[in-house]
Amino acid sequence: MIRVVVTAEAFAPAHETACFAAARDDRCGALASFVGYCRGHTHDGVVTTLELQHYPGFTEAEIERLARQVSAKHAFTALLVIHRVGVIPAGDAIVLVAAQSAHRAAAFAAVEEMMDYLKTDAPFWKREAGPDGARWIEPTSDDYARRQEHGA
Amino acid sequence: MTRLLFFGRLRDVTGFAERDLELPRDIATIADLRAFLSASDPDLGEAIAARGVRVAVNQSFCLNDLESVCDAREIAFMPPLSGG
Repeated sequence: MIRVVVTAEAFAPAHETACFAAARDDRCGALASFVGYCRGHTHDGVVTTLELQHYPGFTEAEIERLARQVSAKHAFTALLVIHRVGVIPAGDAIVLVAAQSAHRAAAFAAVEEMMDYLKTDAPFWKREAGPDGARWIEPTSDDYARRQEHGA
Repeated sequence: MTRLLFFGRLRDVTGFAERDLELPRDIATIADLRAFLSASDPDLGEAIAARGVRVAVNQSFCLNDLESVCDAREIAFMPPLSGG
């Protein structure tokens, strides 16, 4: 089971993770999750908001395609991806990825690999705004290197 | 009618997110479309030629500039992606 949600609404990661956990089936022996937050401070200075654009329809379809790619390598039983778009204030959650599997290794690996794909391959465009103006964020060489490790 | 969509920094160059237009008959490929857009807006032509900019026709990524736009309902120009 793969569930992908792209939303302009704020979401509560703990609540979403609890609902995902409550709906697990009896094959599930492990659940791993990751939450990415909008930082209020980066090495470039103070961040007041992030703005994330997406391509409605295409973004969801691409994330589902990437999730199926992860599914082919790591035997998860369920995967949840929630990604926020629009203007996101510092401190809010941007992304939640959670995976269930029989044993822990597949859940850890699925979450990590899905996050690495979201950083480089999912159709989102991110702009950071602070007191000194706004700048577009693109994947770093480290992001590309991590993706390369998955052999995609 | 074909809908052109621009994202991220490309939207800053165009000043709009999308535009519907009737493509001239002699525009058959992505390369033709690039030349056409570049002729009307050289800054946009340069921006969409930048490294890492990808094109999708009808919500499917193009592998090269020779792909056809004849049946395109929607053509998206996308700078490098960054989620998460």
